[in-house]
Formats: sequence, C-alpha cells, structure tokens
Amino acid sequence: MSTQATMSTGAVTAGPPKEETPHNRLRVIILALGAVLFLFPFYYMVIGSFQAVADKSLSGVLPHPDNMTVTNYQEINAAIDAPRALLNSSIFTMGVLLCTILFGLLAGYALAVMHFRGRQTLLSGVILVLVVPFQLLQIPLYVLIVRGYGLGDTYLGMILPFAINSTAVFIFRQFFLQLPKELFEAARIDGAGEMGTMLRVAIPLARPAILNAVLLTFIGPWNEFLWPFLVTKQQDMQPFAVALANYMNNVAGRATNPDGSNMAGGVLLAIPPVVLFLIFQKHFTSANIGSGVKG
Amino acid sequence: MTTTSGVTGPSTEADPEETTGPARKERWIGRQPLGLLFVLPYVIFLAFIFVYPLIVQFFISFKDYFFAAPGATVERPWVGLQNYGDVLQDPTFQRSIFNVFEFLIINVPATVALSLVLAYALNAKIRGLWFFRGAYYAPYVTASVAIVTVWLFMFGETGLVNTVLGPLAPDPSWLINKNWAMPMIAVFVTWKQLGFFILLYLAALQNVPKELYEAADVDGASTMDKFWSVTVPGVRPATTLVVILATITGMNLFTEPYLLTNGGGPNGASVTPVFYMYQKGIEQGQAGYAAAIGMILLFITLLIALIQRRLLERD
Repeated sequence: MSTQATMSTGAVTAGPPKEETPHNRLRVIILALGAVLFLFPFYYMVIGSFQAVADKSLSGVLPHPDNMTVTNYQEINAAIDAPRALLNSSIFTMGVLLCTILFGLLAGYALAVMHFRGRQTLLSGVILVLVVPFQLLQIPLYVLIVRGYGLGDTYLGMILPFAINSTAVFIFRQFFLQLPKELFEAARIDGAGEMGTMLRVAIPLARPAILNAVLLTFIGPWNEFLWPFLVTKQQDMQPFAVALANYMNNVAGRATNPDGSNMAGGVLLAIPPVVLFLIFQKHFTSANIGSGVKG
Repeated sequence: MTTTSGVTGPSTEADPEETTGPARKERWIGRQPLGLLFVLPYVIFLAFIFVYPLIVQFFISFKDYFFAAPGATVERPWVGLQNYGDVLQDPTFQRSIFNVFEFLIINVPATVALSLVLAYALNAKIRGLWFFRGAYYAPYVTASVAIVTVWLFMFGETGLVNTVLGPLAPDPSWLINKNWAMPMIAVFVTWKQLGFFILLYLAALQNVPKELYEAADVDGASTMDKFWSVTVPGVRPATTLVVILATITGMNLFTEPYLLTNGGGPNGASVTPVFYMYQKGIEQGQAGYAAAIGMILLFITLLIALIQRRLLERD
C-alpha cells in the first residue's frame, strides 16, 4: 500500500517528481522566505541572551562583541537553580517516556493484532481522549491528585496525567496494523506465545515507530507548562518551563537586563528538544499518524 | 484480505466453526484474550486520568465547591444548575468565548493554507530539504514558555518590530493593545504549531495518486490548476484533521494569555476560557464554578469537532 512506500522512502522524497527548474526555483524562494520567518526568532533569542544591555535597535540584530556577556545566564542560574530545574524536567519527561513505551507499546500491539473482547470500545475511547484535551479536566485532576492524594510537589503527581501518551499508542497501533498478518500467524503457529511474538517479531520491526513516538512524547512533558505549574509550589521541584515562567513574572524585573535573562532561560529550555530533533530529524515523519488520516 | 481478524468489524462475521464449543468461548472473550491483559495498564490509566476526573468534574459542577484550608471540613451544598447559569451570564466568560472565536477565525484558515502550501513546497527533491524541514519544525518542538521570551522582546513598546515599523507601529504596542492582543496570540500559535500540521500534510501528500498528476499533465493543466484540482481534494481527509486539531488547540490556550499578554490583558481582551477556568478554580478557589466552565467547554469542543467533521467530510 502507499503507506508502506512512504515508510521506506522517508515521507518526503516520494511524491510527484519535479525536475523542471523554474518550479523548483519558486519552491526554494517560498521555502527560504518561510525559513527566515521561522528561524529568526531563535537567532534573535540567542543574540539577545548574550547582550549586556538590551539592544532593540536594528543594528542590535547583529552581535556586537563589546555588548556581549554571559551575565544573563549567571543571573537566571542564580535565581532558579538551572541544573536543578533541568533535572526536574528530565525526571518528569523520562517518567512519561518510560510508561508510554512500556504500557503504550503493549496497548498499541494488542489493539492492532490481538482479538479480544472490548477492543472496539477501547479504540473509540482512545479517539475520544485524543479529542478531549487535558486542560478541560484540570480542575478535577487538581482536586484528585493534589488535594485528594496529596501528590503536590512530587514527580508522581506531575507524571500521572501524562503517563501514557495516547498519540503514541495510536502511532504504535497504526504501525503494527501495517505489518503483514502472516507474520504474526506464523509466529503463533510456531508456538510462540503472544509475549514472544511481540518481543521477538513485532518490536524489532517497530523501531522506527518507537523512535517517532519517543520524539513526539518527549516534547509533551518537556514543554508542558500548565499542569506542572499547578502541581509544584516548591521551587526545587519545578521543571524548567515552570521555573522560567515564574522568573519572568516575578523576578526578572530586578535583573540587570530582564529581557536578556528571560531569553537566556528560553535558550536553555529550547536546546534539548531542538538538538534532539536535529539529530533524529530524518526519523521524524508522520507517516504513521498519516496512515490513520487518509480517508 | 481474508484474515482481517476484526480490524474493521467488531467481530468475526462468518466463522465456519462458530457453533462449536471453543469458538463460542472465542466469541465471548476473543481469540487472544491475553490482549485484555496487554491493554490493562492503559485502560486503568484512562479510567483514572480521564473517565474518573470527568465524573468528578460533572458532580463538582453542580456543587458550591470551593477549596478550604487543608484539614478543615466544609460544607459543599448541591446548587443544581446555578453554576452553569452564573457562568453563562458571566461577562468575562462571554468575553473569553468571543476571544476564542476571534482567535479561530484567524488561526484555522491561516494554519490550513500555510501548512498545505509549505508542505506542497517541501514535497520535492530539492537541495537543502533537511534544512527547510528543520526550520519549520523548530517552533513546534520548542516550549511556548521559551519562545514567549523572544516575542516579548521583539513586540515590546520599543522592540525591534516597532523600531522597523516606525510611525506605523500600533499605539499602545501589540501585546498591550486591546485590538491586537488576541490576533497576536493567534499569529504566535499559528507560527508555533505550523510544523506539526506541515507534517500531517506531508504524509497526506504521499497518498495522492501520481496518476492524477500525470492525467492533469496530459490535459495541459498548469501548476496552479493541479494544486487546486488534484492536491487540495486529494488531501481532504487530512484537512479535516488539521481543522479539528487546530480548533481543539485553539479552544485550550493557557500559556499564551498567561505569559504573552500578561494574564489575558489588556483588560480581558485576551482572556481565554481555559485561562479563566484557572483563574476561577485555582486562583480564586471556586472549583464548582470552574468545573461548570470545564463541562461547558467540553460540550462546545465536542460539538464543534462533530460539526466540522460532518461539514468537511460531506461529499
């Protein structure tokens, strides 16, 4: 099927072949203009984070060696304990990744290749969860997790609502669906149990789907603001996004260069996911999501 | 395909061994009942994080439920539909709904048009493709909180944008101007989420049959003709998804009004329902009132998603 072709070629290189140069020139012009709009704020954020005095003039777009400093980074680090905040973000993210891979793979596998009672109901449930966003349940979740179970200022409290990423479950399912049925039947006939079939046949094949889901899942908790903001009151438990937001609202005003120290924080928060995506960019395709999309 | 094993239908339709003993058992618990065990952790998770909170929210919304000091026992009487009535008459809530629609009117068409055009442009063998793809995904993978820092810097009173615009700059500046605050949030979110929607369209473009382009070539169609008559209808299912997902994202803005426009300012011009729900429920401790907002929003979200699906999938 077409999705299989997509998988093997890497989503982008396929499609209508366009060799004529005039079209491609227009393409490149559109793409280049867009890329400037998309990348400029990142560039400007880095430049601004190194400015000793905030330079909002036109020439401030370029780096000026005499106006460069690392003070902004030192100030935000002193105010929010950056390594600690980054550690909190990492624990939060790792907890979610671990649960999603472990339980999400099991669920995605079962939903795709196993036949059991209630599967159809559960599938509709997954779709519903994808449509109803977590934010609309913030009040009862807060009542239950923070007030009821007393999990405020704990990693568990942060992780719980995000523990298994439903989009990842969906990606896993779509991937396993694409594998030929005969594969699983052969393994079953050979006497491999379901667990064996999954571990030895399906999961090794699913590596691209797993990588894709890991990337997608990673940016969820790493970038999440609202929920950890509700859960953490103690600063030493706050993930970086929360610590930075609080710094922007309450502390930055007293910094030597408030804009600069805010942006220094922004750079630190942005680096991990951006680097991760630069490394694994090729593997990040929505071929799996897409196969669920086509009509 | 003969062995779909129930991928499309709820169960095996015409199993020859249906009447025998084991088959009956199979029909009851399924051919691989172990699957139940496999999905159990996920089912427990959904029950605990989705179903149960939904029920709790439903009940709280009918009570005068507020947060008291820990340990104190307080009465939280049933008040029937009073919370709902109050919410619907609350001018700030009405304003937040109006703001969301203002947001959606800008964000959804812009998202669909820009992500489709950029995906179409990216869907070719050109040099530096990896660079372009990376550029478009960068805002999507970065935290809103991080990007807000530079937007505040650029769009401030004396920021770079106003410096460039000179006398054309709006007064008061963008983020503190009541006419510009919400459109600015719409632009921010469009820009930030575009990479994700480009990704969806890129995948959808792979499924447009090449023969259609070839047939259009034979008919002497121009690039524009092909875009409108082959590509746009070809990615229709993806467009449905993009519209629904963009709408859902737009209904649930919190970080942007909280940080970019300093708490839904100026003067409530960029208050969003989720931000208001947070203010009422968490800041002011009126959980019952906030729960009613949550239920109303849930209803609106599902309704809009349903209507959009009907409209866009009508053929």
